[in-house]
Amino acid sequence: MAITSTLYDSLVKIVGKDFVSDRKEERYFYARDGGLMPPHEPDFVVMPETTEEVQEIVKLANKEKMPLVPKGSGLALTGLVIPQRGGIVLDMKRMDRILEVNEKARYVVVEAGVTHGVLKSYLQKHHPRLRHSIPDAPPIATIVANAVIHGQGRLSQQHGFNSDMVSGLEVILPTGELCRIGSCSVSSYWFSKGAPLPDLSGLFLGWFGTTGIITKLGLKLYPCKKMRDVMVFLTDKSELIPDIMLKLSHTEMIEDVVVSAQPLPLRFRGTFWVTPYITGDSDEEMEFKRKMVWDSIWEHFENRDVGFLSLSPDMKAPLMSMPSKDTCRFADVSKGGGFQYAGPITPIEKFPAFIKKLEEVAAKYNVFYSSATRLIGAGHCMMFSFSFSFSRANADEMVRAKEALDECSKFALEEGGVLWKADIYEQKLLMDRMDPNTLALMKKIKQLLDPNGIMNPGNWEVK
Amino acid sequence: MQKYVSQIHRCFRCGYCKFPTDYSSFNCPSYRRFRFDSYSTGGRLWLIYAWLKGEIEWSEHFAEILYACTTCKNCTEQCPMKFAPDIVDWIVGARSDMVEKGKIPPRVARFFEAVYSYGNPFKQLRSDRAAWANGTKKYKAGDEYLLYVGCLGSYDENGQKMARSLVDILNASGVSFGILGEEEECCGNEIYMLGETGLFQNLVEKNNQKFKELGVSKVITLCPHSYNIMKNVYPVSGGNFEVYHYTQILNDFVKNNKIKPSQLKAKVTYHDPCFLGRYNNIYDEPRQILQSIPGIDLVEMARNRKDAFCCGGGSGNFVTDLLAGSADSPARIRVREAYDTGADTLAVTCPSCLTMLTDAVKAENLDGRLAVKDISQILRELLSVG
Repeated sequence: MAITSTLYDSLVKIVGKDFVSDRKEERYFYARDGGLMPPHEPDFVVMPETTEEVQEIVKLANKEKMPLVPKGSGLALTGLVIPQRGGIVLDMKRMDRILEVNEKARYVVVEAGVTHGVLKSYLQKHHPRLRHSIPDAPPIATIVANAVIHGQGRLSQQHGFNSDMVSGLEVILPTGELCRIGSCSVSSYWFSKGAPLPDLSGLFLGWFGTTGIITKLGLKLYPCKKMRDVMVFLTDKSELIPDIMLKLSHTEMIEDVVVSAQPLPLRFRGTFWVTPYITGDSDEEMEFKRKMVWDSIWEHFENRDVGFLSLSPDMKAPLMSMPSKDTCRFADVSKGGGFQYAGPITPIEKFPAFIKKLEEVAAKYNVFYSSATRLIGAGHCMMFSFSFSFSRANADEMVRAKEALDECSKFALEEGGVLWKADIYEQKLLMDRMDPNTLALMKKIKQLLDPNGIMNPGNWEVK
Repeated sequence: MQKYVSQIHRCFRCGYCKFPTDYSSFNCPSYRRFRFDSYSTGGRLWLIYAWLKGEIEWSEHFAEILYACTTCKNCTEQCPMKFAPDIVDWIVGARSDMVEKGKIPPRVARFFEAVYSYGNPFKQLRSDRAAWANGTKKYKAGDEYLLYVGCLGSYDENGQKMARSLVDILNASGVSFGILGEEEECCGNEIYMLGETGLFQNLVEKNNQKFKELGVSKVITLCPHSYNIMKNVYPVSGGNFEVYHYTQILNDFVKNNKIKPSQLKAKVTYHDPCFLGRYNNIYDEPRQILQSIPGIDLVEMARNRKDAFCCGGGSGNFVTDLLAGSADSPARIRVREAYDTGADTLAVTCPSCLTMLTDAVKAENLDGRLAVKDISQILRELLSVG
């Protein structure tokens, strides 16, 4: 108790009393996320405002061997910011400054708490010719947390994972040193996270905050075209989806393509919605791209395997919105405030097998499902979501949803997929399958960077 | 209201409720003030659910989190879920349960005690309720309108100035109206929002009865809070009268040339009160009044209309002040936003906003650079009234 009290005082000294809480209400809320992982309470919730404050907190935690969990908005839904061993949750959202936009080198530098929503709004207002890859997570999702989990967004079909678009990092190492990664380590410019230097960003991206705390991040921006449109193609043949996705990406004309599947409303059942997006600066450019998209899959139209859905303005609006509010609405399908998804990254050829499994598992566990698949890169892989909704007032349904998710994750692994934003149990599944030397390397890196094991313990924990 | 118990678990804590439509900043006043997620709407709903399930116990901190909500309805506007229209009712429902259990923050308890004992939250004497009125005549049968000024209009210095300005304008227009004076009761909007359903019902019944006895058929309210509760809740308890916010009446006067304001060279920005805007969709009338004034340059703040940032005064916070004490207090943020437009005048249409924002101008050292005025005051200064 005395140690905790001293720690509290030390934390107050660093960030001020308004931004430290050891009260039950904050500990309750920060003990959980919107998903299905069991909660665990932190001892403190702390909201730093500056890199220097983060550095002081890390030094203190390292000295006291106190667990430290950096948190954005907790929207991974897989419990990655649930403090498995208590300690301090660092809510980073007070570090909310957009520090620089370099229009000509097309990047932005943000603090760790800047959200996708705020950045989108800022760019629209101040730099309308630039955009970033907006995920379909709610706008409160932070840029840094999304990069740390290798998130995807609206530009992932063209440019890969959102973490591939990182152009530099400022990190506080678990032992308290401030470290810059990428071009910003030798230059005032933040245009590259690695090349032509050794790419050290891999020591932090994908590690879920177990190797350090990112306090600033450079992010690549891309041209924002004046026009944007979406088309919806329908098919009931899942076996055609990989071919359609490949052909669409072959055009190199699409911004993004998502394939959706859900059993309700009934008009959706048994039908896959393929939604490619195009952008352009003129009617001519849009028309050309539209034609290229149609031509690319024309044979499927001719064979009557694929149809086109004409969209009313009301139907088009939610498809065009960024982020899509419909993603969240899935949580209220069971009128219960919850959904979670396993989102394995996998070759696109697996789509038919995965969709079959999704339908089987949903029926087996009697849970409502939905799926949205996003193409990543030029057909290099896809994120396939096995999504299940549940009611938080129905404990039995929560158990069934979790069992359904676990079964889907195991299936995805067996099929050669790699689990995305894996929860602590899924991380174990991944590490059990991992090449032993790779695992040993991870262990060495972790021990080197975090000798006291204070950073988000329980995650990526190599035994 | 009590259906919240079976519904409140439906919040997914997605966080849309924190933003305005364009996501440019945080628009939930209590989240913006405190920044812990527990102070957002999602945080509040999850904590209420935890309390119902017995996972957390009542504490003064929990109660303050619940009562720091100004019921501004930004969350209702932004929440993507079907239950969005019910969110404020859920919060009020939980407050109501707290009141029944006698577990509320001391400041809120004092608010109730003042209304129980004095009929107003300021502990002012009933006999002083018409002290502002300067002989304004009382309502009598046959008058077209009852002017209801409310507690702020009766006792608060800024509210009294508003009330006097409005009376002058109404007199100049030639309409017949009167006030209730010392017989006026609290409208109960704040009592309702704070969850004291028993006291609220008592106030509604008194007011409805009084209006009925006097034959009141049309009410003009000074305050959007009174307008809201009389328009939307009084009819459920038998209220049978038309109710107007004063801006609706004055806009008609301007349109029909009943009043003709003289010129004013000023750059003005307008702050939408929550209970006029988000609650009752009255966005145009105040702007049309301002635009009718020759010489006024009306500029908008980045957050306006349904995205307006609350001053922090709703749900009794103009008295309980649970969001005060920081440069991040909503009213201080709002006056900075107003000042950033280049405006010299911040126009309001609510006595609560007027007081909150006037105090914030002082706290931000913007005295002399940004004047906060109610539209009734602006208009009054531009009329030739004896």
